[in-house]
Order: sequence, then C-alpha cells, then structure tokens
Amino acid sequence: MIPLAKDNLTKADVQDKLEEIFSRYKGEKQELIPILQETQAQFRYLPAAAMREIARFLRMAESTIYGVSTFYAQFKLTPLGKKVIRVCRGTACHVRGSAKVLAEIEKQLGLKAGETTEDLEYTLETVACIGACALAPTMTIDSETYGKMTTKKVAEVLGVRSKAE
Amino acid sequence: MSEAKPSNGNKQRTIFICQGTGCVSGKSFELTEALKKAIEELGLQGVNVDFTGCHGFCEQGPVAIVEPEGIFYAQVTVADAREIVESHLRDGKPVERLFYKDPVSGEAIPYHKDIKFYSMQQRIILRNCGRLNPERIEDYMATGGYESLKKCLKEMTPEEVIDEIKRSGLRGRGGAGFPTGMKWEFCRNATGEPKYMICNADEGDPGAFMDRSTMEGDPHTVIEGMTIAAYAIGASEGYIYIRAEYPLAVKRVRLAIRQAEEKGFLGDNIHGSDFSLHMHVKEGAGAFVCGEETALMASIEGKRGMPRSRPPFPATSGLWGKPSNINNVKSLATVPVIIAKGADWYAATGTERSKGTCVFALTGKIANSGLIEVPMGIPLRKIIYEIGGGIPGGKKFKAVQTGGPSGGCLPESYLDQPVDYESLAAAGSMMGSGGMVVMDEETCMVDVARYFLSFTQAESCGKCVPCRIGTKQMLDILERICRGEGKPDDIDLLQQLGENIKAGSLCQLGQTAPNPVLTTLRYFREEYEAHINEKRCPALSCTKLISFYILPDKCQGCGICARNCPSECIIGDKRMVHVIDQDKCVRCGTCLEVCPERFGAVVKVSAEEVDVPSEPIPVKEKPKAAAASPGE
Repeated sequence: MIPLAKDNLTKADVQDKLEEIFSRYKGEKQELIPILQETQAQFRYLPAAAMREIARFLRMAESTIYGVSTFYAQFKLTPLGKKVIRVCRGTACHVRGSAKVLAEIEKQLGLKAGETTEDLEYTLETVACIGACALAPTMTIDSETYGKMTTKKVAEVLGVRSKAE
Repeated sequence: MSEAKPSNGNKQRTIFICQGTGCVSGKSFELTEALKKAIEELGLQGVNVDFTGCHGFCEQGPVAIVEPEGIFYAQVTVADAREIVESHLRDGKPVERLFYKDPVSGEAIPYHKDIKFYSMQQRIILRNCGRLNPERIEDYMATGGYESLKKCLKEMTPEEVIDEIKRSGLRGRGGAGFPTGMKWEFCRNATGEPKYMICNADEGDPGAFMDRSTMEGDPHTVIEGMTIAAYAIGASEGYIYIRAEYPLAVKRVRLAIRQAEEKGFLGDNIHGSDFSLHMHVKEGAGAFVCGEETALMASIEGKRGMPRSRPPFPATSGLWGKPSNINNVKSLATVPVIIAKGADWYAATGTERSKGTCVFALTGKIANSGLIEVPMGIPLRKIIYEIGGGIPGGKKFKAVQTGGPSGGCLPESYLDQPVDYESLAAAGSMMGSGGMVVMDEETCMVDVARYFLSFTQAESCGKCVPCRIGTKQMLDILERICRGEGKPDDIDLLQQLGENIKAGSLCQLGQTAPNPVLTTLRYFREEYEAHINEKRCPALSCTKLISFYILPDKCQGCGICARNCPSECIIGDKRMVHVIDQDKCVRCGTCLEVCPERFGAVVKVSAEEVDVPSEPIPVKEKPKAAAASPGE
C-alpha cells in the first residue's frame, strides 16, 4: 500500500487553495482527475487533508479518491523535490544506453529512481517515454529536455542546474 | 542579384524554425528569438521568421527551412543565427556548413526536397507538419483546411460520409486496424442519446511519437477529422484524451479548439446546419492501459482506468453507457484528405487489404532517426536502409522491433517483407502505434524482451490474473536469464506462459504483452540458449555476463582508464600495463570508452577469459616509429 504523507496539514491549511480550484468545477464525479491534477500542481503532491476535502466536494468515498490517486503514475502522495529529474526509459532510449545514464545520475545524486533527497531538492524518476525518441537517450529536469545524453554529460547537465541557482 | 539592395525583387522570404518537442529541447525557441534579433539589427526587409510543428527529422534538430527556395539547415544553434541572417538572408550565400550531410555518401545536401529521408516519403497524415504554423488557423485554412467539413455538412449525408470512408479502406491507425468506416456505422446505427466522439491521443507506447507530432504540428486536421466523424455518427460531444506527458500538444490542441470555435467550425449550428459539436480536452494521468478504449472511457469518467470485457462494445455502450466512437489521432488526421480527394484516390495507395500510408517513428540504432510516413506495403529494407540511412558506425543490423510493447522483433530475413497489418501479424509482430526501433549487433535480444516485459508488467492494471501474475512470472524468468541464472527448461516455460497470457487476458495489453518474448524466442532462440547454457551474452550487453580486460601488448600505461574508472578498480602506473580487478569491476564500460583509439587496449568479452597479468608489468617497448606519446 502506498503511504500518505506525514505532513500534519489540516483542513485549514489546504482550504483556501482548494476553494479556488473547486470554484471552477461543478462537483461532478468525472471532474475528479482534473481536480487532482490541479491540486497536485498547487501542492506538488496530494496532501491527505486535500484528498479528504476533494472527497467531500465530489461526494465520493475517500477510498475511491485514494484508489484513483494511486492508480495513475502522475499522482504523488508524498512531496516531490524542488527539481524533478525524469530519465526516459523508452525503447529508443533503452537501446541507446539510458540504463547507464540513469545509473550515473543515481550515483551522482545518491538517489534511486523514485526517491527524493532528504532536503527536498531533487526527485529522481523514470518515465516510460517522453516522445523525443530521435534524441535518445533523453532526460528532463522540470520542463527542460536534454537529448543525446551520455554518462559524461550527466555531470554537466546536473552541474549547469546548480550553477544557475 | 544586386548586393546593395538585398531585399530587391520584393520577394518575401521566410525562415521556418521547427518547434516540435524534439527541436524545442535543442533550444529552438531561443533560436527563433536570435534570428528575429539578428534580422532586426541588420534592418533586413522582406524576411520573416516563423515556426512550424515537427518536421519529423528530429535527429537533425533543431532544423530550419528557408522558403521559397527550400534550403534546409540541420542542427542549427543560437550561435549560427547571425551567420544565417548575414550570409544567406542578406547576401544570398547559403551557409554550407549547416547543410544536412547524407550519412551514406557524406555529401552535403542544400535542398529539403533532395534529402532522401524526405524524398522517399509520401505524406498524407503529416502533410502539413513542418509546413505551417500550427498556432494559426488561417494557415490551415489556406491549405484547404475545414473545406472537407463544409463539404460534408453541405453536400453529404452522414451515411454518404460513412460510405466514403468505408470505400477508402481506411483502417484504425491505433494499431488493431479495424475498418474505420464500419466502426462509424456501428455507432451511427446504435440507439441512445447523446452520442460521444472520442479521439484517442493517449500515445503510451515507448518509442512512438507520431500522435504527439501530429497534434503539435497540425492540430486542426485532427479537429476537422473528428468533427467530420462526429457528424457521421451523430455525436454532439467530443473528447480528446491526451497524455499529460505531452504539454505542448495539450496547449496547441486547446488553442486550436478555441480558434475553430471562433470561426464557427465547432459549437452550435456549424456552417448554419443543425449539427452541433462541443469539444473537450481530457488530460491523461500517466497510465499506459488507458490507451485501451474501455479503460480510456473509464478514465474520462474520472475512475481508475481499468478495461472491461467487451461486448458490449463502445459503439453501443461506451462513455457513460452511451454509444461512443473512438478513433486514433492518425486515423482522424486522414479523414479530411479522404473527403477532399475522394475514396478512390486514397485507396490507390497501399496494398490489397491495407490502404493508404502509415507513420513510423524510426528510432534506435539508425542513422536518420525521426518520423516518417510511407505507403503501406513498402518493404522494411527500404525504410531502414534508404530512408533511415542504415545502421551507424558500420555495425550490423540485427532486428527491427515494430508495434511497441505489444509487437515483436523481426530478424533480417523479414527485411523484404511488405509492411502492412497482415504481414506484420503473420510474422508475430504488429503494426501497433507505429514505433519502429532498429537494433544492431550490440543489442541483446533477451534484454530487449526483458525490457518490454518490465514495461508491460509495471503497466498491467491488475484486474485480470493472467496479465497481473503471468507477466510477473515471465519477467522474473527473463531477469534470471539475463543474470546468468537461467535454467534449461526456462525457454519452454516462457513459451507456455506467453501463450496462456495471450489467450487468457482481458484486454489488448495482456493479450499482446508476451509478443516481444515469443518473437525473440522464435527468431533469436540461440541467444536465449547462449545465456542459459553457456552463461554468455552474444551481444556483450548483459552486465552480469560480461567482463573487461586490458591487453598487455596494447596498453601503453597512459592511465586514462584508471583516472576515469568510477569504481577505482584499475591498478597501474605510468608506463605500466594496467590491470582490472575483476572482483571490484562494475562492468560500466567506461575504460573501453576512454581508452584512446590508437591503443585500443580494452576488450569486452563474455564467457571468455583473456590472458592478462595479475599485477601491473612494465609496458613492452615498441619499435621507435610506432612509439606513441603516453597520456592525453
């Protein structure tokens, strides 16, 4: 079972942002996924308190909200890092060596895919395909895409980011 | 041409920059700005900077085309902007160093139309991609866009539209190849109101990006095709279900819908008829199984995207239990052309049972990666060697994988087979979404099978047992084989499991998941046997089965391998033959990569021992002439 975040957030902490999101919806069941997407965009994950409020707004069981949230890869129940690194593990990237690129990033950040650094700086994830296969192997940092990656370019790509701060 | 007045002749010239996802990652937004700035600084008149969607030749990105002459620039960077503007746009001297170079002949090719990658294609679905600005509806209309919709509404009954599509022979481009016209007819004849028209843009197959490029490069053709389909089946609501991983496609489709509404091509009483259609975008949330139509509809309804058994088919009971029709992006993008040019025109291309063209994402170990559109029936060899430019680095072709995780790997003996639905299926693969990944001698087929299974296993929704548990078992076995722990009866067990999963799974995901394993067993059985019986990986790819050695007669003791080794397992000194500690080596291959080509001292082997010293020994003195300077 995927655990909820231990964030101690209460209804009061999430209410303002949620009210603003809910104001654009009618409260119909089909709106669940877009509402979860907007909520995650606000909080960078789905706080348990927010999921409870969404259940109330849509008059659905909390367990249903949890079920949908854990079904889709996009939804995170624990906070993401400030920078999200996604390494493409699509077929084209695989045959052009993305496993090595991933291993190198894991080594440099001291993280395994799916983990977040304790200081919440970085989250490392893999993604099935970002559809930039001709540039394989690829990775993204937030919305930036980096193509034709090599193990040697990893330090540069991660380094460029830290210098830019 | 007068050099003093470069803008004479009143010829308007436009430099089109590709802003598809591939080129954007190569900084084509910044390039566009740099070109604009350079033109402004030089005060050039009659020169415009515009952008298009994907040209398909992503490998060479960012790409730019100067029209009307049709000069094609490849791998353009921000630093090249000034030179293009000064030399080409002002002085009329195209920048030769930025021309595309043919991978076979090495020749520089200035014109877009002469590049084999393009000249051998036949573009129907992608006809506008790379040729117009996808964010301007006027550009699409200037090519005859939305005329087909008008023709349907003013001159054709829904039945006539269906009949035209049926006669064209168009089959679903999402992979299964069901005749599109028949699908529409089922939904038209179903009772129930309202009816829903859905576009499946949940392109989840790794290695496929044609739906993305179509939506990013020509969103209006998808909307027009969808509107025509909605008219034919009598739908009043439309949904486009797009992967959330495609933010640029989402943005451009949303914009296109708004523009179409403003022009009256969407909304109430379109073209003054009594036909109305309201279109919505639904973003997926990262579940591969949602490409399956019943799962996709569950997802639109806000539920977990799990498939259900059919019948009832969506045509009678789909979204919210109402009659629904669902088509792939490429099928819909074809519709306006069929209406404009006629069913007979379309049916003239292709084979007996597979009409028209198909789009492939040609990737992997291939010189010209990118998106191509070719007539059905073209032999694989032509795609790979002529359009694709063959395998780079002088490597040998091993296999081509078609159809993504649902498809299979075909060996060299299939290269002369025509590409269409039937022949690919007969070979154990499938058309699928059109991913085409080329593999060379360095690709391990057992590892490829393991890779695909790890994908489908992770994406299995878990509803039915054969898929949920069967794929897990198959993956466990494949992982074991790749680790060198395979057992003699593993091959039979994989075969048996694969056939049972195909027969027993609820939806296409499970029914096709074993295909990569079954086809590699069929065509590359000897690789499995080598892994299991000899603990050898013939492609020298599975890390647990390979080792690296430094050859004492070649090593010059430069030390570059030791300095770069991430696990610090190489010992040696200046002018000493270096030695790899096999127990500490993680088999990353860095030493092989960094060893200077003129030494070539590092070798990779599998199930083989190489005679090397156990400790560093002095480098053998070479005859004077051949002595190379150590170090880098």
